[in-house]
Amino acid sequence: MSTVENNKTAVSIRNLSFSYDTQNILVDVNLEILAFDSICVVGPNGGGKSTLIKLMVGLLTPSSGEVSIFGEKPEAARLRIGYVPQYARYDPQFPISVLEVVCMGRLGNSWSGRYTKRDKEEARKSLALVGVEDLATHSFAAISGGQRQRVLIARALATQGDILILDEPTANIDHESEVQFFDLLTEINKRMTILMVTHEVGFASTFFKRIACVNKQVVVHPTSELTGDLIRDLYGGDLQMIRHDHCCTPGGHKHD
Amino acid sequence: MTEFLAALMDPNLPFFRYALLTGIFASIPFGIIGTFVVVRRISYIAGAIAHCVLGGIGFGLYLEKAVGITWFGPMQGAVIVALLAAVTLTLVSRYAAEREDSVIGALWAVGMATGLLFIAKTPGYVDPMSYLFGNILLVSKQDFIFVLVLDLLVLGLVGLFYNKFLAVCFDEEFGRLRGVNTGWVYLLLLCLTALTIVLLVRVVGIVMVIALLTLPAAVAGNMSRNIKQMMVLAVLFCAVFVVSGLGLSYNLDLPSGPVIIVIAAAVYLLVLLGTRFKKSIF
Repeated sequence: MSTVENNKTAVSIRNLSFSYDTQNILVDVNLEILAFDSICVVGPNGGGKSTLIKLMVGLLTPSSGEVSIFGEKPEAARLRIGYVPQYARYDPQFPISVLEVVCMGRLGNSWSGRYTKRDKEEARKSLALVGVEDLATHSFAAISGGQRQRVLIARALATQGDILILDEPTANIDHESEVQFFDLLTEINKRMTILMVTHEVGFASTFFKRIACVNKQVVVHPTSELTGDLIRDLYGGDLQMIRHDHCCTPGGHKHD
Repeated sequence: MTEFLAALMDPNLPFFRYALLTGIFASIPFGIIGTFVVVRRISYIAGAIAHCVLGGIGFGLYLEKAVGITWFGPMQGAVIVALLAAVTLTLVSRYAAEREDSVIGALWAVGMATGLLFIAKTPGYVDPMSYLFGNILLVSKQDFIFVLVLDLLVLGLVGLFYNKFLAVCFDEEFGRLRGVNTGWVYLLLLCLTALTIVLLVRVVGIVMVIALLTLPAAVAGNMSRNIKQMMVLAVLFCAVFVVSGLGLSYNLDLPSGPVIIVIAAAVYLLVLLGTRFKKSIF
């Protein structure tokens, strides 16, 4: 599916700044994400996490600096990104079937937006990949939160893009579903670069290779293992601690 | 009922047949566009466009009767102003998101005001009541042709771009990321809404446009699992409301617009109670 070789740059952000009116949201951000990397974006509310994502997919334009996706401008490379928004923002009364939602990932392949047989097949395959193929004819509003999350991931997979971007996907998911969720991401990571936004600072699952802390500026940390019995007892599962001082200010960071 | 059928057959009452045919064929755009308006939750935008239409009607009447431009009339004025309102509202929703409702309110009132001013300066007596409350019995052959053209336009465009319209209604941001030009698709949707509203003004009048646009779709929404189903049901319900309203208003000697709306609202209420009842049993 993916034609991207290893070690190729998927996302490159250089000297980027962004401000609304006079308020600086992001200042002088530099970030390099390699293909097949998995990176977790954390930071306080209002720190600029969502803005960073919107700049990457070209929904916002930087005030200065530049963003490139596989060497192209975001607007041009948009179709290579599978985006998973927060499911909480959907109208719970909207009458739409699960298959119709997933098919949206195939939009943009034709002029009128009509789906071919192949589009529908790809949509069904993506549903099977996330393990909810039997929900295809169900109403999107009637399925559970966890299932809805999977359907939205299936929609992003149906785009057959090279980068998967997820915005706070673990909100409202219980611990057990979360474990399954990261198993799924591990599988997807074999063929896609993954970038996930979350508000859970401090701990992430064993999944991510790197973590980016966003608060006006962006600082990247490697995740390091910490298999202490204490943490296992406290959290009831294998966790990784992120080498991080919980203080997302430029002065509060120490890098080795 | 027999009286109503006799009136339909009566060769001296051609307007009655026009009214019935217009009602049935107009249900197609009413149901389809009404569904989009309901699921996208833009009935207040539909309301603003409807009230702007009075400005167009007044302008049309003024040009026709005071200035003497014979080929221009209230219908042409209504179409132009409705489309202008659609363009304005699209621009506003795109570039001034936070003050959208103030602009909608302003358009709503200014449309009405200019319409009444133009009508005041138009020589001869014009009754604004027929525009405010509509009268399907006054539809002409020209109106009927307008209905047929709108049927083709709505069926053709929605058929062709169905998935894009759906994307703009369900998840505009994702649509944009899939390369859909959501701004243009939304504009197209509002323009089709505007033309449908001009037709609705003819049938039930400015004041009751939102009711006939949203009630059939709202009833249909209660029993549909997807938008296609909702559209088909909304068209059917709308036709039933218009035809039964027309028949009942003839038999009881009442104005048709309000009777149509009351029937639609009663059915909506029954359906709501029905779904509640069903939920409490199972």
